[in-house]
Amino acid sequence: MELGIYSFGDSGTHSTRQRLADLVAQARYADEAGLDVIALGEHHRPDFTLSAPELVLAAISAVTERIRLSTAVTVLSTADPVRVYQQFATLDQLSGGRAEIVAGRGAFTESFGLFGYDLREYEVLFDEKLRLLLTLAREEGPVTWRGRTREPLDDALVTPRALQPVLPVWVGVGGTPQSAVRAGRLGAPMFVAIFTDPAPARGLVEIYHRAAANAGHDPAGLRVASGGHMYVGHTSQGARDEFYPYYAEYLSKLPQFSGGMPRAAYDEWIRAGLLVGSPQEVIDKIMNHRELLGISRYVGQFDVGGMPAGMVDKSLELFATEVAPVVRKESA
Amino acid sequence: MSARVAVLGAGKVGTVLARLSVAAGRPTAIAGSGDPAALGLIVDVLAPGAVPMTGADAAAQADIVIVAVPLARLETVPAAALKGRVVVDAMNYWPPVDGVLPAWEDATPSSSEIVRDLLGVDVVKSFNHMGYHELDAWTRPAGDLDRRALAVAGDDGAAVTAVAELVDAMGFDPVPLRPLGAGRVLQPGSSDIFGADLTRAELLSTLDALGVAPAAACP
Repeated sequence: MELGIYSFGDSGTHSTRQRLADLVAQARYADEAGLDVIALGEHHRPDFTLSAPELVLAAISAVTERIRLSTAVTVLSTADPVRVYQQFATLDQLSGGRAEIVAGRGAFTESFGLFGYDLREYEVLFDEKLRLLLTLAREEGPVTWRGRTREPLDDALVTPRALQPVLPVWVGVGGTPQSAVRAGRLGAPMFVAIFTDPAPARGLVEIYHRAAANAGHDPAGLRVASGGHMYVGHTSQGARDEFYPYYAEYLSKLPQFSGGMPRAAYDEWIRAGLLVGSPQEVIDKIMNHRELLGISRYVGQFDVGGMPAGMVDKSLELFATEVAPVVRKESA
Repeated sequence: MSARVAVLGAGKVGTVLARLSVAAGRPTAIAGSGDPAALGLIVDVLAPGAVPMTGADAAAQADIVIVAVPLARLETVPAAALKGRVVVDAMNYWPPVDGVLPAWEDATPSSSEIVRDLLGVDVVKSFNHMGYHELDAWTRPAGDLDRRALAVAGDDGAAVTAVAELVDAMGFDPVPLRPLGAGRVLQPGSSDIFGADLTRAELLSTLDALGVAPAAACP
């Protein structure tokens, strides 16, 4: 079982320079503390510092030894798969074979306008680009490709190649069943975002495995990971109280909480499955994901809502030193 | 005979509504974008018992058609096949996720009034103010103290009654509102109803505080 963290670099009141420096330091700590994965997402909004995660991952690669360098997610619909492959192949070479991509459609839509894409095309954009990226990752030789969403490629050599024989490309799924079908048909590992109760995602995992079997993929090549918001405190009540103001602010981005997330709703989310609590509570919730969904990796969004770096560091330390060793032991 | 239900949209919301409709004993058809094999697998896992069909076929054979597609793709809904059916708008407009859609920007009417005008058929607004996880988790038998309420807003009394019966059979207390535009208070960002998962008494008192009276006819 692999354990890791992910971030969008929520700005809070911090300067971009400070947030990026904190992230690199936190990734370095995660590496030293033995966590398996650091994943960076991208949002193209002023309340987040990360729109170019591959650059930050490159900085992290220079100060870490073992930790895998991933994304959460790469908004592939509005990117060029050729360029994405080149960037992560370069990161893979720089890092000694630690790069990965989690390709997804993203939660927000700003990147469509910024990069000149039509939101109504989001389905075909993601589908075509994912297939092209997988082709680039899986096939060594020149690539010929035709599609609607970018210029054709004719015997194109895309260089450099990744250091790993096949650069891992996961498909990120937010709950849309068609996305699980796609991941299975393509035989790609699937990352599922889960914030409260993991039980409804059982259907997505079943769809994923059945779609993969129907397409003839070897079940041994399939993997499921999950991840969501996470805060670990010394005590159950302390964790809830400390994290609430930041989470309530963060979730005011959701339509149902546009006036702020009520404490009762927050407590209900924690009861249903949100990973906020003591180390033991977080251990139990990750093990529940494993039992229900068969995950072999969990990544927690560890710096939600512009918390002060001290709070983030403390939660991260508890995750790395008190949660991760127990989950590894229980899942071994 | 039970009303036949068609759900247009096999995403997060549509698959839950189809599952609830099957559980309520209604003959249920479901349509989605993309290829039929993918839809068949999705329905088999998430809404077994529902029959995958094309949108036009599903709508044509149904009494109640629930539209649950992304608003940005409303033009994929077979409007002609909706004529003469009770049509339910389960959708919401929320620009951070949908993108900015000119038809719904600066809309003072309910988004369902715009859906009605674009589809060219009468619609009833319901299911929109509870999340799909919650719709799945909160079904309760009639009389259960924990039962949650779903508002049902529309202009046509018979259509509102038909949808209210379905809501009740699915496991929620229906609260009828008239006219359709009254459903504006059910939308994201406009009141304390959206995403609040209220009981019938709580929904009624919230509506009262907003100055919205429920429609008299209650099944």
